[in-house]
Amino acid sequence: MPISLAARNVLHRFGNVVALDDVSIDIPAGRATALVGESGSGKTTLLRCFNRLVEPDRGQVMVGDKDVRTQSPVSLRRGIGYVQQHGGLLPHWRVLRNVELVPTLQHMPDSADAARRALELVGLSSSQFGSRFPHELSGGQRQRVALARSIAARPGVILLDEPFGALDAISRAELQESFDNLRHDLAVTTLLVTHDLAEAGRLAEEVVVMRKGRIEQRGSMRDLIRAPATDYVARLIDRARAGLEALRA
Amino acid sequence: MRCRLRIRILLIATMTVPAIPIVLAAQRQNRPVVIASKPFGESYLLAEMFSQLLESRGFRVDRKPGLGATEIAFGALRTDAIDAYPEYTGTGLIAILHDTLPDSVAADPRAVFAHVARRFANLYRVRWLPPLGFQNTYAIAVTRSTSSRYHLRTLSDLARESSHLTAGFTADFIGRSDGLVGLSRVYGLRPRAVRPLAPAVKYQALASGAVDVIDGYSTDGLLARYDLVTLIDDKHFFPPYEAAALVSSRLDSQVPGAIAALTLLSGRLDEKTMRQLNRRVEVDGEDVRRVAGDELVALGLTGAAHDAQAAPSAWKSGFVEYLWDRRATIAALTVRHLELVAFALFAAVIIAVPLGLGLERTRRIAEPTIGALGVLQTIPSIALLAFMIPLLGVGVAPALVALGLYALYPIARGTYTGVRDADPDAVAAAEALGTTPTQRLLWVRLPLAAPVIMAGIRTAAVITVGAATLAAFIGAGGLGEPIVAGLALADTRMILSGALPAAALALAVDGILAIVELLVTPAHRRKRFWRRRTEGPDVTIAPAV
Repeated sequence: MPISLAARNVLHRFGNVVALDDVSIDIPAGRATALVGESGSGKTTLLRCFNRLVEPDRGQVMVGDKDVRTQSPVSLRRGIGYVQQHGGLLPHWRVLRNVELVPTLQHMPDSADAARRALELVGLSSSQFGSRFPHELSGGQRQRVALARSIAARPGVILLDEPFGALDAISRAELQESFDNLRHDLAVTTLLVTHDLAEAGRLAEEVVVMRKGRIEQRGSMRDLIRAPATDYVARLIDRARAGLEALRA
Repeated sequence: MRCRLRIRILLIATMTVPAIPIVLAAQRQNRPVVIASKPFGESYLLAEMFSQLLESRGFRVDRKPGLGATEIAFGALRTDAIDAYPEYTGTGLIAILHDTLPDSVAADPRAVFAHVARRFANLYRVRWLPPLGFQNTYAIAVTRSTSSRYHLRTLSDLARESSHLTAGFTADFIGRSDGLVGLSRVYGLRPRAVRPLAPAVKYQALASGAVDVIDGYSTDGLLARYDLVTLIDDKHFFPPYEAAALVSSRLDSQVPGAIAALTLLSGRLDEKTMRQLNRRVEVDGEDVRRVAGDELVALGLTGAAHDAQAAPSAWKSGFVEYLWDRRATIAALTVRHLELVAFALFAAVIIAVPLGLGLERTRRIAEPTIGALGVLQTIPSIALLAFMIPLLGVGVAPALVALGLYALYPIARGTYTGVRDADPDAVAAAEALGTTPTQRLLWVRLPLAAPVIMAGIRTAAVITVGAATLAAFIGAGGLGEPIVAGLALADTRMILSGALPAAALALAVDGILAIVELLVTPAHRRKRFWRRRTEGPDVTIAPAV
């Protein structure tokens, strides 16, 4: 079952730096939303509020209909998928055991089966890859495994923090495609952090542009292109477009 | 009086911490008499004579030869860890009591003995037995040619010519008020240069002409060997150093008759005899047991000739045979050495690994804490061992504590660093997916840190094998025993019979722990090698990004 996410007037500081400045956002269940911005825009901080890796100074964060503070971080996180830029696979565990992590934490009786199914869903044969160590895989394969790990226990929401950021262009495109298919098949809420507007447009139904801890604009990619709300958004779009035109020329 | 390695603070600590009474009533009837010595030839010899004399009278004896120096030996006696050891009145007066006596009294050996004996009985309840009959005082010595060239007979003569002469003194003697400092004050001694020399090389340095004058001891066997001239202390600067047995308060009540047996030696040894006996041990390299036994027979104190552990044949044969002859002893010492290392290391691991893990959770105090353990490493081992005596006596217990303390640093450092630096991405992902801190520790951090932790333990183990040789200074045994004795007796083969097995032990321990390190290395790091070899070319191993 997909789960909705919400943040209400969330404020967070790192020392003197305001990372999130009174941010409010609603993410409907089953939708794919992308948080876009430069480094320091607060996009990752906002993402990490939802699984309590960041505890905001002020404001309310909701997962489903519950305030995250009513649950222990450990049990909250077991119900939320998570993928980070450098997969973060446990290097001394074989692939299958890595993918089995969350099902095991949730004491699922058929955790190995769940892990195998998740591997197949991300396009890796469990018989071929299951018994390998992470260092025996390519970078793209490793991110696939990380993706499989995040969905193995079938969470209602997946948080992705620059999941394809460290990959070469081809692996990246392949993985983006797999991810897009996957999220439609699973009907899961996804929140994706990326600095790449094109990636956001390709994978998300709604794009949220962040800058200096605030939301500049949110809407579909089409909305953003048609009516950029601020100069910053317009510049961001121009830059993405210039990249594409350079390729066409 | 020799080996006056002195740390005054330690001495004060030793004397002010109340002795822990260790009275085991059940053992009174038939317990062994514990005889100790300080780590130099004459002390070994006298202690061995005490021991054989007691054994010939039916007492059991537990030998603890070569205890550190005055602080350690006397500290052990005061805390009843040993029963007796040979000491010198001048040492008691200056190094232990810190008393100064009027010149008239200080010049009279009997008056000094009476003073020292009375003060020791009152202050420490420790008993001086009647003197053995000889003095072993400082002997300022020159070669015969130097003596004749400068017409040197007394210390006053030496002072007159001292601006032409280079002195080679032990570091201890240079700094002592009853050494060079006092000599300069009383005689006006001002050598052209003063070189600090280790006791072992003093005589060679003098004989080779590198220095012109040295401090020695009046009963040194080497004085005769190099035909040196001992200058007369014409102003009676040095106090009398009469040798006598120093005996613990409880010996008389716990082992009746032992003191009477020891007293049989009183007044029986003169300076000439001692010089001969020392020469046999220090110059000729004869076995201490044999020399002691011969002398007891010569004095009519024991009957049968003592069995001197096949000393003559061993002496004539080569080094390998020497080791072979002593194989049982070396094996026993090696086992003891291993026991010391194993227990100390085990205790250190039990403490330092959890400490390192805890510090990783409280990083703010991690560096100061580990730094403090590092400071512990800089305390000289001998000082740390001396600190232990008032608390734990002598023997195995204080050695284990000291060795354990030294092993803490590398293990705590390895654990903390290893766990802190364990694959941050993997740790972060494990946290984000809902593992508890304990699960992250057991599943992620510890397995990934294991090789680093093990490397710390390996370092600690090798250090401990080396440091454990010093345990011999406080009677804990081990391979340090022949090293300490060999150094004192200038017997290279004896030193090597401890040093070589200790070195081999260090290599063996390192090798064994290297295998353990490999075993605890996470499978993915070991696997890389094996997989390539066994599975061949059909598996493509993608390059890591």
